[in-house]
Order: sequence, then structure tokens, then C-alpha cells
Amino acid sequence: MGRKLLTEHINVEGIETFEVYRKHGGYRSVEKAIKTMTPDEVVEEVKKSGLRGRGGAGFPTGMKWSFLAKPEGVPRYLVCNADESEPGTFKDRQLMSKLPHLLIEGMITSSYALGANTSYIYIRGELLYVLRILEKAIAEAYAAGFLGKNILGSGYDLDLHVHPGGGAYICGEETALLESLEGKRGNPRNKPPFPAVQGLYARPTVVNNVESIAAVPVIVNEGGDEYAKIGVGRSTGTKLFSACGHLNKPGIYEIELGLPVEEFIYSDEYCGGIWKGRNLKAVVAGGSSVPILPTELILKTAAGENRLMTYESLSDGGFVTGTMLGSGGFIAMDETTCIVRNTWNFSRFYHHESCGQCSPCREGTGWLEKVLHRLEHGHGHMEDIDLLVSVAKQIEGNTICPLGEAAAWPVAAAVRHFRDEFEWHVTHAKQAAQPGAVYPGAAVLA
Amino acid sequence: METTAVKPQFSEAAQAEIKRLLTHYPDDRRKSALLPVLHIAQAEFGGWVSPEVQDLVAETLGLKPIEVYEVSSFYTMFNLKPVGKHVLEICRTGPCMLRGSDELTAHLERITGAKVGGPASEDGLFTLKEVECLAACGFAPIVQVREKYYEQLDTPEAVDAMLTELRNQVHRPALPWEETGLPNALANN
Repeated sequence: MGRKLLTEHINVEGIETFEVYRKHGGYRSVEKAIKTMTPDEVVEEVKKSGLRGRGGAGFPTGMKWSFLAKPEGVPRYLVCNADESEPGTFKDRQLMSKLPHLLIEGMITSSYALGANTSYIYIRGELLYVLRILEKAIAEAYAAGFLGKNILGSGYDLDLHVHPGGGAYICGEETALLESLEGKRGNPRNKPPFPAVQGLYARPTVVNNVESIAAVPVIVNEGGDEYAKIGVGRSTGTKLFSACGHLNKPGIYEIELGLPVEEFIYSDEYCGGIWKGRNLKAVVAGGSSVPILPTELILKTAAGENRLMTYESLSDGGFVTGTMLGSGGFIAMDETTCIVRNTWNFSRFYHHESCGQCSPCREGTGWLEKVLHRLEHGHGHMEDIDLLVSVAKQIEGNTICPLGEAAAWPVAAAVRHFRDEFEWHVTHAKQAAQPGAVYPGAAVLA
Repeated sequence: METTAVKPQFSEAAQAEIKRLLTHYPDDRRKSALLPVLHIAQAEFGGWVSPEVQDLVAETLGLKPIEVYEVSSFYTMFNLKPVGKHVLEICRTGPCMLRGSDELTAHLERITGAKVGGPASEDGLFTLKEVECLAACGFAPIVQVREKYYEQLDTPEAVDAMLTELRNQVHRPALPWEETGLPNALANN
């Protein structure tokens, strides 16, 4: 049994209320930070913890905080990125709807550390019901004196607001999110300047994922060194994985980083194996944007070692034989899954969600979708397979924001690991175009 | 172009909510309230934002109409055409597809008579809309109707139960800002 740092009390009745949350030790980190620590000391603890951004990029949170510009007399902001829209990822929604006060506590402690007096939670518009839950919890925190003027008599003021988006995956990119929060289309900004220097309203701003902020109370309470003891190497602490697809027990699992992937998939404590007694064919381990891996490579590294649920182990081998931990959206596919169809589905998603600002992404995602559509529907040619790789390559690295890579990587990886399946779609076009068609080699791969 | 349509107006409750929202942003950054106000407008004026409604939003926030149009057309949640009483947003992305969202869409088209991307069903009750990932992948396939998620719709019985519930909603559910106390979405769920 791994330790649960964030979700320990998630099933306690009434934990979404201030009273019950407080009874279970809630808001201790705010008291400890505001009464006994300087803001810089809080930043230092987060640095020591080794916490890495849980939204997908994995950048060290403490280091990100220390980049924040602090000119005198200029307001600065903390913005929580709750625009969770990466296919396969649904942890933040659960965390916020069941433990709203954990996020609010994290926002207060983090805002104090950063010297922000106004903070925002930018939540994806589809989650309006979660927004109501958060607003209710925020009202409770104001009433209890943890938000507003002169928090706990310290002289520190903080206002916290929730802001809904309008349905656009691109707003998960931090600068697009800030544009959207300013009431504009979610077009990512050129960087530099980075948000730490010019973010919301051109003021210094830190943007962090929900799960990263929810980890801050634990770090402050236990101390950064204690937090860093959990996990393996530079992958410290716990991480929420949202498991979905063809699993017996899909859901949210908080694990200590370092659990073997095989144990995560097959043990009864976690996903309980593949549904309907079938074999596993492939896994997308960190949300739809990370490279897909066939069974043998997700369970073992190319060197034959057990693949672990850590940033390093999952990316071992680069993109030739590895993938990324990403946002922790763990999508398992059984042996009957059509990889071409799945890749087309993801491409359609990225084409739909491209903001259209830069050509390689706007046009490239459209090309990928079209070529995959014709392969999947029995009109493809052999040259199309290399065309996919070529288009993916021309998107990668040539766009303002990482949506280009997010669209290109899954396609390139699917061709890399399942090329024979793409070829079969060309040579058996009519057969492949039938709904439910299964590539005959699938069972061999599994 | 001359029009005889009555100019839409926000209800008093909605106006109060907009006033509250504007306190969230610096005084010279009223535009920040655009997305939240568009959500209010869409809920208040029949589930879609007509050009007249968007003009009202612009007027309310002191923006040029184009500033509203370019935003409403960018974000997929805002319906720019009239919709039925219930908009069924069917998630079609990756994990939902793996768990049968294509079959669910076909099933819903058969039962309701509405087509994805088309007008509402003849009885005016249902509009079908395919959407991208709804962040509920572990409970796929999913349909979202207003603020409520209907999850694990992988059996005809589950789909029937959802449609029956929606058909039996005689009155429109109260909008959150029309209520005090427990937020509306919680009461509904």
C-alpha cells in the first residue's frame, strides 16, 4: 500500500465542507506558513521537495516559483490551471469536486509564498458544476478568515476567484490560458517574455496545475525533505494517475512514484488487469499527447528492466523505445483496438483544438487527420504512411506552443511501433474499413 | 439592417450576478468577465447566443461587438444557432471511443431522431452535439447536459434512463444565480 498524501481523506463524508475538512487537519499549512514562515522559506521548502509540475511538463515547481519577478509596487498573480482537457486525464476534476478545500488551501499557501494578493483558478468551462463547488468552498474559507483582508491577523490579504473557460483545449497552455482569462481568444503568446515576468495583465504571474498546488499543503506541513524521501530519484512524492480505456477498474489512483507499470495495470489494488480477460496491446501512459507504446515496451524498458511509474523510467530510451509521464492520463488498449482508428481519433482532436494561429499546426494537424481518415476508411496508399511521419516532423518544433508536438508525437509513435498495422490497412482496405475490424497481428503483439 | 426583434435584456438576478463577477477583476479589465458573462447569457436566453444577445453582452461590458463575436466563435461551448431544450454533448475522444461512444452516438440519433450537428429533434427536446474530451475518461462513454454529467452510458438501459429523466424535466432547472444556498448543480446531481 502506497502512502496517500492528497487523497487520504477523499472518501470521508462531508469532506467538501470547511468544517469536516478542518477537522481532518485542513488549513494547517496556511497557519504554519503565515504564522511561522517567511514567503521565501515556503518557496525553499517547495524547492527541497523536488515537486515537479503535475500538469504534464514536469518542470520543478520551486524553480518556477523562484523565477517570478518581484518589482516593487506591482501586483503579481498566481493562476491555477484547472483547464484539464487532455484526453485520458480526469484527475483534477475529481480532486476539485471532492476536495475543493485542498486546492483552496494550496492556493492560499502558495499565494502567500509568491506574494500574490489576487489569485485565480481558471477552470475549464465544461466543469461549471465544479465551479459551483469551488465557489461555495471559497465562500466558506472567506467566512472562516482564511481569505480576504488580514488573514489570521497577519496583515496578509488575498482574494481568490474562480474563472470558467469556454471549451478550448488550447487554454491549458499557460499563455493561452492567460489570454483567455483576459477575455480574449485562447491564442498562445510568443515567449519570451515568460509569464513569470509578464503574465496576466502583463504582470508577473505563476501558472500551476491543480495537482501541483494541492501538493503544497503537504509539503509545508511535512517539510520538503520528508516529501522528497517518497519516490525514486528526481521523481519525488506521489502522483495521481487517471486510468481509463480497457481496464477492469478504471479510476483515479494516487501512487508513490516508482511503482512498476506492470503492478499498476495488473494488481487488484489498482487497475485490476485488462477487461473481458483480453490481452493488453498498447498503452498511452501520460495523456493523449505522449507517444504510444506497445505492451512489451510499456512493461519493460529496451534494456529489459521493469518500467516504473516515474518521469525518468517512462521516458527511458527517448521516443524510440520510451514515452512520457505527462499528466498521468493512463489509457490502456486491449488486443482488439485498431491503432489506426485510435490515432485518427486523436488527430481529429488536435485538428479541432488547434487555435489556428500558426500554419504548421493549423495546416499540419488537418493533414494528419485527413491522411489518417483515408487510411482508416480504406482509401489509403502505402506512401501515406511515410507522409504521416513527414508531416509530423514538419509540425514538431515549428509552432508557437507545444500543441504542435502534442499532435505530432502520437502519430509518429503509432507509425514507429505499429507500422505493420498501417500497412495492413492499405493492403486490406475494404476489410480494414469495416467497423470493428481487427488487424490479425494484434494478438501476436500482445 | 432594420430589425423588429425585441432587444433582449438580462434579468435582475443575472444583472446582479454580472455585477458580482466584475468585482473579480481590476476595474480597467472588465473584458476579463467576457467568458463568464457569455455563459450567463447562454443559460438565460434559451441555450444559445444570438447576435442580439452578443450585442447585449458587449454593451453590458463596454466592449465593441466584434470583441464578443471573435470570442464566442472561438470557444466551442457557445452555441451560435438555436438549440433544443436539452443539448446532449457526446464525448467522442480516445478513451470514450474505446468504450463505445460511436455506438452511443448512433443509438442517440436513432432514438431522438436528431442528427449530430443538425437541428433539434422534431419535438424540440434534443440537440445532439459531439464534443472533445470531457475529462471523465474513466467513466466513459459520457454525455454532458448543461452542468450534469451522465456517465457509463454503455447500455441501452442507461441511455433510456437519461432520456427519461430529461423528458420528465417539465420546467427548466433554476439557474445557479437564481438560487441561494446550495448551488444548483449540486442539487441536481
